[in-house]
Amino acid sequence: MSRLRTPLKTVRGLGSARSGTRHFIVQRITAVALVPLSCWFVWLALSLVHLDYAGARALIAQPLHAVLMVAFVGSVFWHAQLGLQVVIEDYVHTPGLEIASQLAVKFLCVLGALASILAVVRIALGS
Amino acid sequence: MPQAARPKSPHLQIYRWQIQMVSSILHRAAGVALAGGTVLLVCLLVALAGGPEVYAKVQRCCASMPGQLLLLGWTWSLAYHLLNGLRHLLEDTAAGFEIRTFVMTGWVAVLGSFVLTALVWICVLLQRGGL
Repeated sequence: MSRLRTPLKTVRGLGSARSGTRHFIVQRITAVALVPLSCWFVWLALSLVHLDYAGARALIAQPLHAVLMVAFVGSVFWHAQLGLQVVIEDYVHTPGLEIASQLAVKFLCVLGALASILAVVRIALGS
Repeated sequence: MPQAARPKSPHLQIYRWQIQMVSSILHRAAGVALAGGTVLLVCLLVALAGGPEVYAKVQRCCASMPGQLLLLGWTWSLAYHLLNGLRHLLEDTAAGFEIRTFVMTGWVAVLGSFVLTALVWICVLLQRGGL
């Protein structure tokens, strides 16, 4: 069947890119990961309420919490990017603006994740 | 202007509001709000790595009235997105699509989110020793 179609359709981004399932699956995997991680994060945030700077830093510096924080941040930004991508696909139909906003979301999510992970590493290593 | 008089396809305003659409719309809205909330997450971690002065600034922002309102909003968004997300994961297994079950789980997610938000903020208030 596919031999009857010209490659133009693919070039224009019409039709199946054969990668839609991956988006769906990764969104679910990050969602499943975020269920326990979010509960842990709420507990951590509640602990931060009564801690001063040194206490807060010492808490996140603990290896378990540092690792969970990196996992949380990674899952959050990955999940957020996938979700915002669908929102933009649904509501932004101006061609240039759509690509620009998709890129902006991707860049901001990667930057946010990198900045957070670097911060956690600095906290954990005490630098 | 015959073009303008043509009937349009019905959209949100034409339908009676029901839990099925409310739960779906809120899920997306809460997700977008949470994505915005990650800015605070980044600020908090960067400030914690940066030193006591920067951290004190973030703490002051969080303790301010707008900060508290935002935190309350994000608490609810997280609670709702979590509960309705679990509902979505359940539905991914092709379960929970009978109309009665679907309506019931929708209400559980909406009402449960308020219960969870209240529980979290009761913990906050208890730690502070009252209002």
